[in-house]
Amino acid sequence: MNRIVEKTPLNPTVTRMVIDAPQVARKAEPGQFIILRVSEDGERIPLTVADYDREKGTVTIIYQIVGATTEKLNHLNAGETLHDFVGPLGRPTETEGLKKVAVVGGGVGCAIAYPVAKKLHEQGCEVHSVIGFRSKDLVILEDEFAAASDRLLRMSDDGSFGEKGLVTDALRGLLEAGEQYDEVITIGPLIMMKFVCKLTKEFGVKTVASMNPIMIDGTGMCGCCRLTVGGKMRFACVDGPDFDGHQIDFDEAIARAGTYRDFERKAREEACNLFREVR
Amino acid sequence: MPNMDPKKHAMPTQPAEQRIHNFEEVAQGYTAFIAMEEAQRCLNCKHRPCVSGCPVQVNIPDFIRLIVKGDMEGAYQEIAKTNALPAVCGRVCPQENQCEKQCVRGIRGEPVAIGRLERFVADEHNASSREAPVPAPRNGHKVAVIGSGPSGLACAGDLARKGYDVTVFEALHRSGGVLVYGIPEFRLPKAIVQREIDTLQALGVRVETNTVVGRTITVDELMGEYGYEAVFIGSGAGLPKFMNIPGESLKGVYSANEFLTRVNLMRAAVPGSDTPVQRAMHVAVVGGGNVAMDAARCARRLGAEVTVVYRRTREELPARAEEVEHAMEEGIVFCFLTNPVEILPDDQGWVRAIRCLRMELGEPDASGRRRPVAIPGSEHDLPMDAVIMALGTSPNPLIRDTTDGLETQRWGGIIVEEGSGKTSREGVYAGGDAVTGAATVILAMGAGKQAAAAIDQYIQNKQ
Repeated sequence: MNRIVEKTPLNPTVTRMVIDAPQVARKAEPGQFIILRVSEDGERIPLTVADYDREKGTVTIIYQIVGATTEKLNHLNAGETLHDFVGPLGRPTETEGLKKVAVVGGGVGCAIAYPVAKKLHEQGCEVHSVIGFRSKDLVILEDEFAAASDRLLRMSDDGSFGEKGLVTDALRGLLEAGEQYDEVITIGPLIMMKFVCKLTKEFGVKTVASMNPIMIDGTGMCGCCRLTVGGKMRFACVDGPDFDGHQIDFDEAIARAGTYRDFERKAREEACNLFREVR
Repeated sequence: MPNMDPKKHAMPTQPAEQRIHNFEEVAQGYTAFIAMEEAQRCLNCKHRPCVSGCPVQVNIPDFIRLIVKGDMEGAYQEIAKTNALPAVCGRVCPQENQCEKQCVRGIRGEPVAIGRLERFVADEHNASSREAPVPAPRNGHKVAVIGSGPSGLACAGDLARKGYDVTVFEALHRSGGVLVYGIPEFRLPKAIVQREIDTLQALGVRVETNTVVGRTITVDELMGEYGYEAVFIGSGAGLPKFMNIPGESLKGVYSANEFLTRVNLMRAAVPGSDTPVQRAMHVAVVGGGNVAMDAARCARRLGAEVTVVYRRTREELPARAEEVEHAMEEGIVFCFLTNPVEILPDDQGWVRAIRCLRMELGEPDASGRRRPVAIPGSEHDLPMDAVIMALGTSPNPLIRDTTDGLETQRWGGIIVEEGSGKTSREGVYAGGDAVTGAATVILAMGAGKQAAAAIDQYIQNKQ
């Protein structure tokens, strides 16, 4: 049982929670994830570590409401408890020795990109961040990114936030202007990461993508999170979640991510109805 | 006078047509009357061959004598001297390859039903006993056990009985390891596993769930700042194998671990569960071991027509004969001498069919079994909408990757000293599937017990 210390809505569908989890906070690093269950018999869902405070013993998660479990999670408030909270899982993002990096985040993926940008910034790396959202009301962590970046490029699909266009348009601009990066780190929707990787391949810039496939145990046991990377089967939970973006079979990952889409939609509707009846 | 009936008493079972619609236990257990009749088939041989066939040397003739006398609790106590989990072992041990294989009655007829008697005795005890076990006086020494599967539970139980302060670290949210995520309810009810864990807790064992050793905490931290004098690694063999054939990443392809974890641990088959599981109509299970049978029978209970695809013949099936018979009774079809070469997609990226080759048996291979050889031109497609790969598992890399100086085999198994479970790291012991690769509950339990004895000796000698 882990207590929710703080709950802050970041936009209509994205929420930040600070969780009391001293054992996880002690070890957590950017790029790692946790698995939580809201209740007994609840589903295990993976969420990336958005921040941590080793002294206070807290771990921050940021989630978007997509299915029944995130819906139920969002009905909990500060002071209430999560049934299970386990981690940190996966390998941390490798930041050592990087001098200049472009961090490209899309949508709720920015929640995961931010701690990476922050860590790079703290270790003296020059950070150029590109953040993209569908529209202005979905923006999260803008100030935080501004504080952790030497340059911040803002993009939106409809032009209501920053420039109108895709994160790949902004990144192309930077690369064409001759910016030389040790690495591009990209976190966001699979389709976005696919095109970021396609672009950086053109420019020959090493790119790391953070993958978030369907998982159950998160310790290498179920193989549900398998991906094809460089023609080999890899498990995101123990081998990743970061992989060489130029080697990932994104089309396969996109197909696999849709396995339970119908189930999730239905389960979320049921969860919503349940809460409606309670009220 | 012994009962000279050449056949052992049949196990009462739920009829196949009924049980394929539920997850309740298939084997219903002997009644006291049947158990006493069956016990009388034991000849109480002087040389006790059955005992030598048991990995933990249960005093089999002794407990059977007590059943004959009607002293069921006495029989339980006799088993409990060497077996930490009788209700589990009575259900899932491959007795036909162990104690019952050695039974003299098996020479002309069927052996004594030792496993069924063990189960009967354990169930009687569990149904009647209300007394909480009394914890042993504490000896002030701390031992950490990694993993709450059969080896970890056995090790923790023996150490707690000797007065050690034992903490079991479990990665999942529920303890029991493969007994809860792998073996289905209809073969091993989870209440039985929970009862064994409750007993350990009553003995003073602490269980820390949601703790992934190698991530949340390391072996070095356990032995350093946390002050554990010894560590037992019983983390099992959790990493699933795949065939490396095209199509294995299609939607509708699962490892047996994934499928079984969804159904058993996450209760995906229970209405209202948040964890989804695909309700496939035609399921192929690839493999022939007990895990393949478990997956096939779970899929059957979810309403599918199930085909087991195995590259050798019925004779070579590694699964227990009883499991195979139960699966066949439940209408599961077996395609022997058949090997998948590709899984074919529909236009939405879901499984449409599994392409197989027919095989014939050639010369014996390293395992002594005849090697299956593909028959050229025998490709054929079996229409399926889900495929479950039950090809075995290998040890999880998390602990070996994060523990310096822990020597492992090339395939990942932890290297230990025979008989003690001692690893290359001082104070670190290991046993069960983490050492041997996927094996049986009873072997893992035996290894946990041996390691508990070795840990006790190590800590006592250190003083």
